[in-house]
Amino acid sequence: MTEVGYPVLSSIIFFPLLAALVLLFVRHDGAARFITLCASVVEIMLAIPLLMHFVPSDVGFQFVEQYQWVPSLGLSYYLGVDGISYLMVLLTILILPLCVLCSWTYVKQRAKEFHICLLLMTTACIGVFLALDFVLFYIFWEAMLVPMYLMIAVWGGPRRRYASIKFFLYTLAGSTLLLVAMVAFFQSQGTFSIPELMQGEYSFRFQFWAFLAMALAFAIKVPMFPFHTWLPAAHVEAPSAGSVVLASVLIKMGAYGFLRFCMTLTPMGMDYFTPLFIALSVAGILYGGIICLGQTDVKKLIAYSSVAHMGFCTLGIFMFNLRGIEGALMIMLNHGLVTGALFMMIGAIYERSHSREIEDNQGMGKFLPAFMGFFGLFALSSLGFPGLNSFVGEALVLIGAFTSDWVIGLIVIPGAMLGAAYMLRLTQRMTYAPIGQEPSPKGKGWRDLSPREVTYLLPLAVLTIYIGLAPGFALRIIDPAIENLLAGYKQKSQPAGYLAEEGEREVPTVVEAALSRVEKVF
Amino acid sequence: MNLDATLIAPELYQLLVVLGLFVQTLAPAPKDHKPVAWIGAAALVGVLVSLVSLGGGATMFYGSYRVDGISQFFKLAVSIGFFIAAVNAVRQPTLRPRHGPDYFLFLALSAWGLMLLASSVELITAFIALEISSYSLFAIVPLRARSKGAAEAGIKYILFGAAATAVSLYGFSYILASQHTTYIAELATKSWSFAAEPLAALGLVLFLAGFFYKLALFPFHFWCPDVYDGASNETAAFVATLPKLGAVVILVRLAALLEPGLEITTALAALGALSMTFGNLAALAQRDIKRILGYSSVAHAGYITLGLVTGTAEGLAAAAFYSLAYILMNLTCFWVVCRLADDGRNLSLDDLNGLYKRAPGLALILLVAAFALVGLPPTAGFTGKLFLLSGAWAHGYNWLVIVAAVNTAISIYYYLNMVRHAYTFEAEGRTSPAVGAGSVAFGGLLAAAVLLLGAMPAPVFDMALEAGRWLLP
Repeated sequence: MTEVGYPVLSSIIFFPLLAALVLLFVRHDGAARFITLCASVVEIMLAIPLLMHFVPSDVGFQFVEQYQWVPSLGLSYYLGVDGISYLMVLLTILILPLCVLCSWTYVKQRAKEFHICLLLMTTACIGVFLALDFVLFYIFWEAMLVPMYLMIAVWGGPRRRYASIKFFLYTLAGSTLLLVAMVAFFQSQGTFSIPELMQGEYSFRFQFWAFLAMALAFAIKVPMFPFHTWLPAAHVEAPSAGSVVLASVLIKMGAYGFLRFCMTLTPMGMDYFTPLFIALSVAGILYGGIICLGQTDVKKLIAYSSVAHMGFCTLGIFMFNLRGIEGALMIMLNHGLVTGALFMMIGAIYERSHSREIEDNQGMGKFLPAFMGFFGLFALSSLGFPGLNSFVGEALVLIGAFTSDWVIGLIVIPGAMLGAAYMLRLTQRMTYAPIGQEPSPKGKGWRDLSPREVTYLLPLAVLTIYIGLAPGFALRIIDPAIENLLAGYKQKSQPAGYLAEEGEREVPTVVEAALSRVEKVF
Repeated sequence: MNLDATLIAPELYQLLVVLGLFVQTLAPAPKDHKPVAWIGAAALVGVLVSLVSLGGGATMFYGSYRVDGISQFFKLAVSIGFFIAAVNAVRQPTLRPRHGPDYFLFLALSAWGLMLLASSVELITAFIALEISSYSLFAIVPLRARSKGAAEAGIKYILFGAAATAVSLYGFSYILASQHTTYIAELATKSWSFAAEPLAALGLVLFLAGFFYKLALFPFHFWCPDVYDGASNETAAFVATLPKLGAVVILVRLAALLEPGLEITTALAALGALSMTFGNLAALAQRDIKRILGYSSVAHAGYITLGLVTGTAEGLAAAAFYSLAYILMNLTCFWVVCRLADDGRNLSLDDLNGLYKRAPGLALILLVAAFALVGLPPTAGFTGKLFLLSGAWAHGYNWLVIVAAVNTAISIYYYLNMVRHAYTFEAEGRTSPAVGAGSVAFGGLLAAAVLLLGAMPAPVFDMALEAGRWLLP
């Protein structure tokens, strides 16, 4: 069972669900907020055994729980955590109380229902990272759509109907093919258990299609260019806490899916499509950066910057070397912390100005010094300032890219510079206002950060600096798992002859591989 | 002939209910609007009786009637469906009090016919059982007070039903002529390929057409949206669910004849694919909720064929499980529709606007039902679909699985539309429906059952699987 004698993983998954059930019977919104906050603190305490007993050097799954569920179909309730999922679970748990705090005054109506949605989201998100049964994974994967949909549709901005339905249709349409892939794997091996499926042998033809089916779901969730159009709409319209969960946790599931499923189950298929996905990642990085330059809405800017950041993340994964995947996992964590914090801050300033336009919020350094201090810190981190956390991830991905193919590295460098351009422009205008213009006059009447706001920003700021200065602790946790993942991938991705029939066994670089494939087509 | 009354307790009990209702129809009409308040309790007892009689096994009435796993499973499903439909219809606003006992008499009679159908293993018996269940519905579809639409619906239902019956009987004559038997067990040993037995294969197709009509499978679906539209909400709730079960049970029995690879099986798979696609696309354009549910039932009939064409016990179990899940989630959806239309009118999507403010409980129940119909976890709709897909994949029907998955993606839009209207649109002057706490609680129970069947499908699925193995070792 587990190292600590009780089902730790189940308890952290289902405790929020239990709290949501309790909330059903609460009448007052204030009480609902308070109960959710208490529940989120208890949730952190429930996760303490994870911190104490997780063994980074153990590359297998830890804290494993397995029970029969539908034996006649090989379905089981199967949970476990490893280095790939560990940090994401902790991030999800950490984000919950911060979300409650940042919506404390933001969500004014139907707060009880809002917090129920938030708790359900947490259950589903943690479940996704811990599930070791394909069906269980799929259940959590889909189950989070409903609370997220409601959060956008009920508590969102003026175009919430459009944004919420777009979000729902995109993500669910993508994952229906994941369901087909899941059924195909089951028919091939007679089980839904992920560790058992990883042991299976699959033909190239099978992997080709299975990879495509799964990758569509994951690419939409990440979201990779050109499947990203749901993200800015959803981010802009969602309430702050919704945007935070969306940015911090939800879109990480796509990258997680690539690592957990595509790399282990369909390595040959993944290898075959690598050039395409690298191209899409690079396109996402450059496209996201360029679009950000033209934004006047702060939230939209951060949303598009997520497209660029996640482009780095998928690029790191498709480099298939230690540094690249390390970088990808670090970006998953750091983007969660930093972008989450930025969305919370945008929510905080929206409560003051009732506008997300840069123009209406410019020059706030004069009136809100503490606020802009935090904002500057997170913005610097987001653009990849050395010494702050996001730098670690981006630098590792770039190292990975140069190691694998220097051409890709060179193409991506402008993407990183674009990040600096739009983030600095945003920070400069928010803090000082453009030269020759006055700060937004309304700013005089605004209060600087309240103790509540400091409470939810401070942990994120501390982690931003700490991971930036000492990334070693996170890398120690993820490295053994990544090495194990890569070893398996290298062994299974190119068994003699899967490309030999096409006469291209020795493929030196990704770019050449892509070119040779293009030549074949024409 | 051996007759053990305990084995056929569900249908005997149902007959008793029918007789009770018949006696009441002879009595003078009561004045109040709840003419047959006892029917809910009686139907609940029926569920218990079906539950108790699970697991029996015998063949009786000269081999034409068999009590086995599959029959008892479906009888349980019919009794659950009848219980929900009866409770739903008790306060039907469009029904004049003097029609009350007659109305429930026909509902109960139809459910009785479906129970008989579940045990029929001989074609004539099945045919008669089907007609018992159909004729009673012909009578109640037009029973909506002073409505031209109801009359039209009634005529459509009867005319097309009669035509389907005729075609079915005609096909039956071909089967009898070429295979010289009407017992399914014997028919299963014969060849059904078109090359070897063209007359029999043709006959079977025609015979099945009658059941496809009940199931509203494309291209036998055209009556379905119009009849739902014209019938009162409560009648539509019954017509949309229980007769489907009857069709599924006989198709499950006949699935023993439908080996994968046969022309008939391939044709059935193709009809399933068309049915899903057509039903979903047509539903996209609808505004009337009953029409949406009508076309969605055409699509769901297509999903069920996934299980029927596999030729394995798992596939049959999946079809059985899915049909139970389907009646449960569809009745949950109709429960909300019937409570909202407190004057018996037809609801359009706009009538759902702002429901989460006006009646939060009903809105939540509708949300669960709609997402279950989409097939979103952790509802019964998802688990059922998972069973269907995994059943169909291994037997050369990969394409059908992909069609089903793509169709699920299409169907999201119109189911989500209901939720969208309920949760994101403003009420704009619409009054709160007068719903009692009891109605919401019962609806909540239904929604909970949909979730529970999704989260813990093992007991029911294993029961269906055992029944399937009985049929196809």
